[in-house]
Amino acid sequence: MLRLDGLELAQGDFRLRADLEIPGGTSVALLGPSGGGKSTLLAGIAGFLKPQSGQVLWDGRDLGPLPPGQRPISVLFQDNNLFPHLSALQNVVLGLRPTLRPRQEERARASDALARVGLAGLEERRPAQLSGGQQARAALARVLVQERPLVLMDEPFGALGPALKAEMLDLTREVLVRRAATILMVTHDPDDAAALAEMVVVVAEGQAEAPRPTGAVLADPPPALRAYLGERG
Amino acid sequence: MPKLPGLVAAVLVAGLCLGTLLPLLRVGQGGLATADWAAFRFTVLQALLSAGLSVGLAVPVARALARRVFPGRRLLVTLLGAPFLLPVIVAVMGLLALFGRGGLLNDALGALGLPRVSIYGLHGVVIAHLFLNLPLATRLILQGWLDIPAERFRLAATLNAPIGPLLEQPMLRSVLPGAFAAIFALCLTSFSVALILGGGPRATTVELAIYQAIRFEADFSGAAQLALLQYAICGLAAGLALWLSPRALGGAGLGRAVERWDAKGLMARIADMAWIGLACLFLVLPLGLAVLNGLGGLADLPDGVAGAALRSILVALGATAMTLILALALAFQGGTLAQLAGALPLAASSLVLGTGLLLVVRPFVALSSVALPVTALVDALVALPFALRALSPALAEVEARHGRLADALGLTGLSRLRIVVLPLLRPVLGFAAGLGSALSMGNLGVIALFGGEGQETLPLLMALLMGAYRMDAAAGVGLLILALALLLFWAFDRGGRLHAAP
Repeated sequence: MLRLDGLELAQGDFRLRADLEIPGGTSVALLGPSGGGKSTLLAGIAGFLKPQSGQVLWDGRDLGPLPPGQRPISVLFQDNNLFPHLSALQNVVLGLRPTLRPRQEERARASDALARVGLAGLEERRPAQLSGGQQARAALARVLVQERPLVLMDEPFGALGPALKAEMLDLTREVLVRRAATILMVTHDPDDAAALAEMVVVVAEGQAEAPRPTGAVLADPPPALRAYLGERG
Repeated sequence: MPKLPGLVAAVLVAGLCLGTLLPLLRVGQGGLATADWAAFRFTVLQALLSAGLSVGLAVPVARALARRVFPGRRLLVTLLGAPFLLPVIVAVMGLLALFGRGGLLNDALGALGLPRVSIYGLHGVVIAHLFLNLPLATRLILQGWLDIPAERFRLAATLNAPIGPLLEQPMLRSVLPGAFAAIFALCLTSFSVALILGGGPRATTVELAIYQAIRFEADFSGAAQLALLQYAICGLAAGLALWLSPRALGGAGLGRAVERWDAKGLMARIADMAWIGLACLFLVLPLGLAVLNGLGGLADLPDGVAGAALRSILVALGATAMTLILALALAFQGGTLAQLAGALPLAASSLVLGTGLLLVVRPFVALSSVALPVTALVDALVALPFALRALSPALAEVEARHGRLADALGLTGLSRLRIVVLPLLRPVLGFAAGLGSALSMGNLGVIALFGGEGQETLPLLMALLMGAYRMDAAAGVGLLILALALLLFWAFDRGGRLHAAP
């Protein structure tokens, strides 16, 4: 269970408050207008941004003292998820151990993960030799081998076209949700939320609201979200 | 990122650059002699003339390059960056072959029955500095032209407004002072040029006077005073240059030309091509002559040339290693302290640093026993500001693009350096190493102060041969220096980019 206890984050003049709980194993969409604080919230949970006050707790444990790499968290960014000078396999291996020379068993695990996301045989390719969709798959494979209980995704497939994005959301649900990982995905697109998330946290005007079931939120959006979404047929 | 090495590097660089002041202050008692003031006046005068002429002549050349498209333009713009790598002493050799006593120009004048001209003295020093700095000035000013957004030229064209007062003159007013100050500062520390083309009571720079005081008169107190004077001039000039900071020392995006609606007339086109042609001739002829004479001189290479080449290569590699380590440590440190430490060597010339170090070590060891390490150390410091200038923005970009991913994967400390940062910086490291090693390979500086019998590097060997009027042999050595400098630059730069990520 992820608990944000009186969390207050600041980035420049911008301030964001969050006081909420997310049950373990749920997939949640952070929905709201740009500039509302979605990415700030994610950065705070991941440990890139030190809170002004309050705590981030995972299963009751305060994550504050832990640097980003030691939190029970995997992150998928909007882009730059792969190091351009490393092969797909090496990029995935980094999810297991900070080394470029994996042991036999680590190599096999990374290779399996690449196969599960549909990249069998492409282990030695560098990111520049992969298509945009394949790069997103390789990044997902690394999240898989990390086996961390909480996955943060910051508009992870934003650079892909609509068809590829839908495909990647399906794949994400298939490989991560089935594993009972807790997923927090930033998106500005309510369709993404509907496709992946059981619950929605509305983030707008410097405030993150408590999670509510996706269907209910989209059917009857709160005022802040309604203004952003406009009237939907 | 680890901060301690950066702190150590900053203290080390500051210690070497500022610490050398202490022995100079201690030894440099008494007042400056008349000859010293003459050297001071000459140094400032030739630097003012050199910088003024370089910038003044670069304006029409840069304007021509900015508004004309022709085959080979891209190559020409690239070549404008090359003189930075060109060993100064080789450039002087080429100028001698063109303007010297037995040079092409005097042969032509003699054939026409006209009086001969001499390249020695103030005008020779200024011509050499013009040769070395015209390309830099042209690049800086060309950058200014290309930084004017194309839309403004279009807007001016639709308004039928005069481009000169509206766009070009404001740009020149903001670019020229910085370019002038940068070249002025570079010309102040001129040693090789003054050594060969200057000299005597009326054409001696402070840098040359330091050398003569130590080498010929063993007057360490006088040398220390001169070094302090030089330190003050260069510090002021470097500070001025940094303050006026021309933005364009990097020089990206010089490939395109600006589309222009004025200056379509035949006369303007002819004038532009004439400026470009003259500039090319002035830059290419001496270089071509240096190479040609060098090929002829290869047969006359002296006995010591292999040893000198080996020493030069070792000094260049040692200096490069030190430059890279210091630059990396300072780049990781970041912040004002690192920037200051990285800029300090700009204020301290080779010979000033060399004199300070000489005064420090002289009581303890024979100068000749430390000649090569001290040369490498000073070469490393001289190249440091340029290496840092290349590395810092590249490191900032790597951190901006990949820093959070590395954080999220727990890549910190040495494993972050090894797995992420160094591989991604490799092209820039290669470029910086190429720059540093080429500069060191062609630099005649400290070695002239310290070097004893059998310790010559290639530039020193070449200077000695020229001093003995063995011009053929000197030209051969010059060609060797040029070839090795370009080879080192090419090898490092290429090695850095080979198989690098896009």
